[in-house]
Amino acid sequence: MTVNKRDPLTGHHTTGHEWDGITELNTRVPLTIWWFILVSHLYALIAWVLLPAWPGITDYTKGILGVDQRQQVERQVAMMRELRADWRDQMVALPVDEIRANPALAAIIAGTGPALYGDNCAACHGPSGQGGPGYPSLVDEAWLWGGDPDAIMETLRVGINADHPETRFAQMPAFDGVLERNQIRTVALYVQSLSGIETNPDPDQLAAGKELFMDNCASCHGEDATGNTDLGAPNLTDDSWIYGGDSSSLFATILHGRAGWMPSWEARLDEADRKILTVYLMDLKDRESVQ
Amino acid sequence: MVAKLTFVERQIALLILGIITILGLVMASLGAGDALGVHGFIVLFAGLGLIFAVGGSLYAPEPIEDRSREYYDDPIKIGIVLAMIWAMIGMGVGDWVAWMLAFPDLRFDAAWSSFGRLRPVHTTGIIFGFGGNALIATSMHVMQRTSRARLAGQISPWFVLLGYNLFVILATTGYVMGVTQSKEYAEAEWYADIWLVVVWVVYFVLYIRTLARRNEPHIYVANWYYLAFILVVAMLHIVNNLAVPASFTAAKSYSLFSGVQDAMTQWWYGHNAVAFFLTAGFLGMLYYYLPKRAQRPIYSYRLSILSFWGIVFFYIWVGSHHLHYTALPHWVQTLGVTFSVMLLVPSWASAGNALMTLNGAWHKVRDDATLRFMFVAAVFYGLSTFEGSFMAIRPVNSLSHYTDWTVGHVHAGSMGWVALITFGAIYAAVPLIWRRDDMYSWRLVEWHFWLALAGTVIYIFAMWNSGIVQGLMWRTYNDVGTLQYSFMDTVVAMHPYYIARAIGGLLFLIGAVIGFYNILMTIRAARSEDRLLDHPTDSEACEPAVPVAE
Repeated sequence: MTVNKRDPLTGHHTTGHEWDGITELNTRVPLTIWWFILVSHLYALIAWVLLPAWPGITDYTKGILGVDQRQQVERQVAMMRELRADWRDQMVALPVDEIRANPALAAIIAGTGPALYGDNCAACHGPSGQGGPGYPSLVDEAWLWGGDPDAIMETLRVGINADHPETRFAQMPAFDGVLERNQIRTVALYVQSLSGIETNPDPDQLAAGKELFMDNCASCHGEDATGNTDLGAPNLTDDSWIYGGDSSSLFATILHGRAGWMPSWEARLDEADRKILTVYLMDLKDRESVQ
Repeated sequence: MVAKLTFVERQIALLILGIITILGLVMASLGAGDALGVHGFIVLFAGLGLIFAVGGSLYAPEPIEDRSREYYDDPIKIGIVLAMIWAMIGMGVGDWVAWMLAFPDLRFDAAWSSFGRLRPVHTTGIIFGFGGNALIATSMHVMQRTSRARLAGQISPWFVLLGYNLFVILATTGYVMGVTQSKEYAEAEWYADIWLVVVWVVYFVLYIRTLARRNEPHIYVANWYYLAFILVVAMLHIVNNLAVPASFTAAKSYSLFSGVQDAMTQWWYGHNAVAFFLTAGFLGMLYYYLPKRAQRPIYSYRLSILSFWGIVFFYIWVGSHHLHYTALPHWVQTLGVTFSVMLLVPSWASAGNALMTLNGAWHKVRDDATLRFMFVAAVFYGLSTFEGSFMAIRPVNSLSHYTDWTVGHVHAGSMGWVALITFGAIYAAVPLIWRRDDMYSWRLVEWHFWLALAGTVIYIFAMWNSGIVQGLMWRTYNDVGTLQYSFMDTVVAMHPYYIARAIGGLLFLIGAVIGFYNILMTIRAARSEDRLLDHPTDSEACEPAVPVAE
């Protein structure tokens, strides 16, 4: 173990240590490394002077810039709110028809609506509003609580069966125990016949189904089964079904009942946002019907 | 393996296994109906299986040769095989969940196969299963060789290795049953955590005792790193897992910390798991196998000192950079940023030290895929440690945080650095330990190298693209000041990158499968008579390093 041993390749001295054949050179730390250390430590020192950095016993150094992330966020939020204030006030003040007629506002809705809808509605109602099993389509003619702008605004505000104190409330009761199973099948056949679903029942069954319908269903869905938007009772004569119009789905709906849930958005979206969504939905529906 | 133990040692092993088996029985009966009970049965059967293995050879002839003249390589052999088995599990599950992210139906609608349960199986399988076993095995290899001393114990190395694997089994099987502490990289519940503390303390004592009997005047750099790894991981693990079990008959526990303190403790742990498990431990590996394979002296001893103390000192401060723009006070974030930046230089110094060591051996890097594994690992170490410091800066973090960029960064470290250095170390160690001249097939090592490199590059490029696209889409406002994209738009935009990522992962996995096959074939072809290539004494004197009556 001679300290003076040299590595023949680099000419550097070794440290004289050896472990299982591994030796070490005693090369100086390259100057660049010291420079990088200097620069990175200067960066840290400057940051500590400028920004909140070191804790004391009860407080911390605030930094001479006086920066604080909470204030920064509040400032940025206020700035964005101011930037949007003009057109958002207009959105709240104007009725839907005028917003749709106003090219500037319509352009804002075309730019803002998709992301707002995508982040808040699309998860249930689908990316293009077509709905899915258990979730109503927003682009057909069927509306549980009405499809005019005021009704949509109200549904968005209070939700359906939601936790809002003024929420819309609707329930399809479970007829398990009220009707026999074969009675449920019979009334389901009648309901299917109303919307033209081909099941070829015999006339006696249809008549029995109609009687059961009048006794049990008509109070909400109406004697002509066209529903009632005041109660949120769906029209049963169209071809729109939230939970399915096939025999087994209808049977399950009548047997176990249904209680769909739409969240209330009042706490999460302000009135301007809800109005944008309403207009966006109406535009979506118009586009759909053009296609 | 049991044949190398004396009768008394076999009895002690049986006693320990008996205690473990009874513990398993207690867990199984107390925790009946809970995941704890299932884990009780796992412990019970693990204990019983090993009792049969040891008990079956209890009266077999005792070893006649002088054991102190040989290094204790049996636990290392099993450790390397276990590391590769965990690599198959961890990488296999990892690629499965990668495909699942692109095609969610690959979940097959089972609860146990949901992303939230499989993802920790992947991370734990890789970090603790693959990485941990590789660290334990190579640390025993490196410590013995660089100290010229045999491991200080006959049973404790087995206890450490097998006990550790029991922990990983308890952790991963728990996740698929829904057992989790919800702390990233520390998901295992209280009883598994307590067991790991026991195992880890034995590991530390074993390591210190072996070091104490070294026949070298100085402690080699690799051992500094391995010791830092063992010591600090013990500290991190104990503090972050402080929790109160909701009941001693069930798996659920509640953390001792709450709110932002809990988050800070978790990321102090989480980042230093990266630092001391995934960096310090594997730097120990790099510091032995790279100069050994290149047959070159370490470029600079002084640089080793500078980078070791720099890494150890600065790393422990930087965990708060995982919590930028959160409820964590601003001043803690500033400290996290500044220490991350100061950390960069010592980190790069160790990568540079490794690369400069290769001066004079570049022709070997060209010809030898094993050395090339280690070279590329050092490059990826440098790259990802730079990327880490960069991402720790708050404005950069505001773009990168919560995006796939982070995922790409982690995998640049875990695939490019940790896995590649491990494969290099294993390819270097396997022929030595099994007394072979070389691996079964050098062509397969080449295949493994190029598949691993291609997989890593595809993976991280996919995640860079995906992450930056994602981050930019999240923060894009239109000219009236509202968000341009919905979250769903960003998910759609990521789909092609997710497929690319899964392909990259698949290439990496195929490489590892080839590697495992190559290792197994090397083991099969190992000659039965142990050719003594090296032994724990001064090679000239050839005297036993430890008293014969050990």
